[in-house]
Amino acid sequence: MVFDVQKETLPRDKLEALQLKRLKYLLQKIYHNVPFYKQKFKELGLGPENLKSLSDLRQMPFTEKQDLRNNYPFGMFAVPRESVVRVHASSGTTGKATVVGYTQRDVETWAGLMARSFEAAGATRTDIIHNSYGYGLFTGGLGAHYGAEALGATILPVSGGATKRQVMLMRDFGSTVLCCTPSYSLHLYETALASGISISDLKLRVGIFGAEPWTEEMRQDIQNKLELKALDIYGLSEIMGPGVGMECIAAQDGLHIWEDHFLPEIIDPDSGEPLPVGEKGELVITTLTKEAQPLLRYRTRDITRINPVPCRCGRTHYRIERITGRSDDMLIIRGVNVFPSQIESILLETEGLSPHYQLVIDREGGMDTLEVRVEVHENMFSDEIRHLQRLEKKISGHIKEFLGVTAKTTMVEPQGIARSEGKAQRIIDRRKK
Amino acid sequence: MIVEQISIFLENRAGRLADVTRTLAEAGINIRALSLADTTDFGILRLIVTDHEKAKQALKENGFTVGRTNVVAAEVEDRPGGLHAILTMLSENGINVEYMYAFVQQSGQNAVLIFRFDRTEEAVETLQKNGVRIIPGDELYNI
Repeated sequence: MVFDVQKETLPRDKLEALQLKRLKYLLQKIYHNVPFYKQKFKELGLGPENLKSLSDLRQMPFTEKQDLRNNYPFGMFAVPRESVVRVHASSGTTGKATVVGYTQRDVETWAGLMARSFEAAGATRTDIIHNSYGYGLFTGGLGAHYGAEALGATILPVSGGATKRQVMLMRDFGSTVLCCTPSYSLHLYETALASGISISDLKLRVGIFGAEPWTEEMRQDIQNKLELKALDIYGLSEIMGPGVGMECIAAQDGLHIWEDHFLPEIIDPDSGEPLPVGEKGELVITTLTKEAQPLLRYRTRDITRINPVPCRCGRTHYRIERITGRSDDMLIIRGVNVFPSQIESILLETEGLSPHYQLVIDREGGMDTLEVRVEVHENMFSDEIRHLQRLEKKISGHIKEFLGVTAKTTMVEPQGIARSEGKAQRIIDRRKK
Repeated sequence: MIVEQISIFLENRAGRLADVTRTLAEAGINIRALSLADTTDFGILRLIVTDHEKAKQALKENGFTVGRTNVVAAEVEDRPGGLHAILTMLSENGINVEYMYAFVQQSGQNAVLIFRFDRTEEAVETLQKNGVRIIPGDELYNI
């Protein structure tokens, strides 16, 4: 089913005309209301009037995550702070979180786009939606929540954790739609089996999985185990949150980007040049309707390609293929975004620690695990076991506190971290097998 | 009165202990006493050797993390209750033992106890006051 038939099936020429109209308005707005953008335009000798067609977008400046951090907390707002009704933030070490603000209308637009995404997944107002995305500063929980309400479905705001209870609630309430990360769905499955709950006791029909990369093999695995249709959802907090794009149940082949609100481009991550449609590169998104914090050509760092082939579901909005990687070193661990540099700064802030570390990411029973290996050097070494164990605990504690992810810290011998050509191999991601 | 002990950080994997003993053997260093403390992930090897400076250097050159700690060596008669008498006098004086290990001398009737205390000086004083002989480092290295 289609939630907004008029917008979702707009012929391409009409859709692009709408994009251009909205884009021109956006440029005026950010130029006059966000000092950061005015400055950027001036540096390039450009103004909003230089954009006459969609193809002129390629001359316009990019926005990077670092720009959001530099303008922390509210420097990217295009409206007075009083007009912002909600703020979300992504994880970061102290003072480095990425903030995103929403006006009342932004919140409503988001709910509408999320409702559209649910509808694309085949959900209707008769469904019971079990939402295991975390509620809080993370956009996942509340994003799915308001979308489900806008759809008119019954939403269970379960949030993360207490997995055994989640499985029981799912069975007792007869939940039909599951929202969580793909890895958490497998963890739910394992927990259900361990608790003596059979999948046939559950009424799950469709799963809306996002916030971390997954593969086609993992999709098949989830579908076989949980006996549901597994669909991919795309979103990032800087742009809005979940519901920037959604895979339709009709084709189950790539995610429709809601192009009346988000203008996607694919660029070469090294040169910054736009690539022809269909080529693989970094996804760049311009928000067309955001009021509180509009972003021009935001570099998502996600690697994908645009598929312009019309979809059998009837939607005219282009699809992107599943995110296949990153153009930076960001890791997604249990749905939490983690940059190795964040862990490095935590280690450096802990007295006596060497900057030699290694991150080992694996998957056990469907759940991501993170091990932080730290080399033991003389200035931190003690011949008392408890001293080293205290240090391990302290590091894990700081990682949990600042990044919101559980990590096991292990002390290793110097040079215990394999170096290739003198350069330490910092990341071992065993999930990619 | 103080004995120098070296300690080595070891990952729990096969062959690491042998790497230490090989390094020491090649450097011509004899081990007087040793103890190994371990957890699931790592271990700490504590050694008293004939030449701790030389041992430390050789180990460091081979990439080991080496620490140095002051410990106390006390002589005790090799008979039932020998260790107990010493621990009793320490506990009566409120001195805490961080860790200890022991070995029996080849000749003679005495055992040697190696102690790591939280308050080393007070511990030595207490032991000596109670007639326990403290073995100086130089003597121990050359037993």
